[in-house]
Amino acid sequence: MNRWRGAAVAAALAVACAVYAWAFLRAESQQALAILVLVAVAAGAVATRTRVFDKVPPVPERLAQAFALVAVAGLCLALREDDFSLLLVARVLIVVLACLGLHIQLGHAGILNFAGASFFGVGGYTAAVLTRSTGLPHLLVLVAGGAMAVLIGTLIVVPVLRTRGHYAALITIAFALLFRTFLEVNDSLGGPQGLKLREIRIGPWRFNDPVELGPFAGSFYLNYLALLLVLLAIFWIVIQRLERSWIGIDLDAVRLDETAAATFGIEIARWKILAFTLGNFLAGVAGAVSAHMVGFIAPNNYSFGESLVLVSILLLGGVGNPWGVALASAIVVILPEKLQVLQEYRFLLYAGMVVLILIFRPVGLLPRRMRRLASSP
Amino acid sequence: MTLGLLGQYVMNGVMLGMMYALVAVGFTLFFGVLDIIQFSHGDVLAFGAFVALAVWAALVKLGLVSPAIQLVLVVVVSALATAAVGALVARFVVLPLKGAPSLNVLLVTLMMGTVLREAIRLFYPGGSQPQRFPALLPTTGYDLGGFNLRLDNLILLAAGALLIAGTHLFITRTRLGLAIRAVAQDEETARTMGIDFRAVVLFTFGLGSALAAFAGAMDGLYYNEVYFGMGLLLGVIGFAAAIIGGLGNLYGAVIGGFLFAALQTIGAVALPFASAYKDVFAFAVVIALMAVRPTGLIGERASERV
Repeated sequence: MNRWRGAAVAAALAVACAVYAWAFLRAESQQALAILVLVAVAAGAVATRTRVFDKVPPVPERLAQAFALVAVAGLCLALREDDFSLLLVARVLIVVLACLGLHIQLGHAGILNFAGASFFGVGGYTAAVLTRSTGLPHLLVLVAGGAMAVLIGTLIVVPVLRTRGHYAALITIAFALLFRTFLEVNDSLGGPQGLKLREIRIGPWRFNDPVELGPFAGSFYLNYLALLLVLLAIFWIVIQRLERSWIGIDLDAVRLDETAAATFGIEIARWKILAFTLGNFLAGVAGAVSAHMVGFIAPNNYSFGESLVLVSILLLGGVGNPWGVALASAIVVILPEKLQVLQEYRFLLYAGMVVLILIFRPVGLLPRRMRRLASSP
Repeated sequence: MTLGLLGQYVMNGVMLGMMYALVAVGFTLFFGVLDIIQFSHGDVLAFGAFVALAVWAALVKLGLVSPAIQLVLVVVVSALATAAVGALVARFVVLPLKGAPSLNVLLVTLMMGTVLREAIRLFYPGGSQPQRFPALLPTTGYDLGGFNLRLDNLILLAAGALLIAGTHLFITRTRLGLAIRAVAQDEETARTMGIDFRAVVLFTFGLGSALAAFAGAMDGLYYNEVYFGMGLLLGVIGFAAAIIGGLGNLYGAVIGGFLFAALQTIGAVALPFASAYKDVFAFAVVIALMAVRPTGLIGERASERV
């Protein structure tokens, strides 16, 4: 009985989120958008105050994931002709994918990576160079983007492992600046002007052609959205499995207290390398998809400021909770695009928002729940 | 390469080193009293440079054209305003997070820096474009065998060296300096000895930020241009310098600053690849250095207590 109630609530929540997202993306006038924002804020405040969701019996993670997947797919189909809205949804999914990478690094192993946008950029540039100079199948190009990010990441893995705290922060910050400067002065990678690249092609499937399946027709973005949903589903499940396995417990131990973890025989370096590598791989793959979808890359897209945006998404969502990452990505990507007043003040607002969150609600919007090791009755 | 050109490069390196050292001293002071990194320090510097520019513009409008008076007012007002901003950041952003994980402090100050940077870009008239900074110092030069030694550069260097030496004397010789050192060594004991912890912290942040304002004005006077994003790179370099030297160590900060400038100069002059890669080279060396000495050249003396 309880299980059904939980599932029903989760399904209703997924539908409500999808409908809300649809309304928000389709809304034209600034007043309508302002009202929608207020509604969301009010709903969030009521939910936190009344703790209404604490009383809902827990839903199996797999069910929640399925609901979320169906909700996003449904949202995309409902928007099928609306190029701009679909582009926004696709960008949200790309950012979620990249932030899931940082989530493994920060939320699990406690490695703060200030070069997220750089590894994202490594993926993008790898995709550009490979598709221009070789005939490698494009799915492999995406994998290569991630692999290249891993490879570049190994260059700084030794200093990342050896340093702690403030000293560790310097490594990734220095790397982010180094990478951006390198892209700008390197003429074979297009210099400040960047590079153009083609659509993704998998066999006869061309991603930049409009979708036509019998009577159904839709924007070409649906191709990218389908690919992104598949990628996200795979990596999301991998991350959830990792978290619930003994690997996740080891990672938690490493993050919470390295000394204590070491005394229990946990090899700190191994788990940190695993998390760092996996995270960079995700960022690289996300970067490769993004580069293909936008069709153009330049050093400006991969600046230190962009890395900061990725970190602030993690923090806004609540470090350690992938659902929080998804929610925060949607807010940070869509809100400034729709509310034009915000466009110019975007970075100022992000930054101010994070400052306020850190002072007043340091756990983020959806904080991570305590791990329950005992099997539930 | 001629001797004159070499001299030019060395002079440029020393100027950069002095700016970096001034910024790094700020980082190291803040770390001393609160064990935190104030990542908005670079943008506080940019703020100082823009205050200096605004004061100059106001003085010109008022009809005060004597360069000496302009210079004094520009430097003093900018230092005071920036010290106030630094203290405000400490009071309302850093101190409320005392006891929070160091990650949160790092992020909050980084974001505070973004707030300052964007505020300059959006609210200073024409702030999104580089602004011309006036030449307030005499620019007479002495020709030394193909190398033009300019008076304004000499004055800037001397002033920077005096400020760092003065800061050092202040920290080691005065009662307030003693209080700062006491807080740096052990906050609780310092409190029980009757030291006003908050006042000392705010004062230290003001002092470090005033040094940054001077570095900002120095940057403006040297390049005759200021830019809203100038603090980002200067801040990261100053931080890198403080880290290479070893946090919490005044000498280390100065050494680190000059070392970074030396790396950049070597990258621009002595290495086979194009000089545009000088920052890539310098940062790569910093990362490599950190791999070898994870707590800086003059290591932080700390052991893990369980």
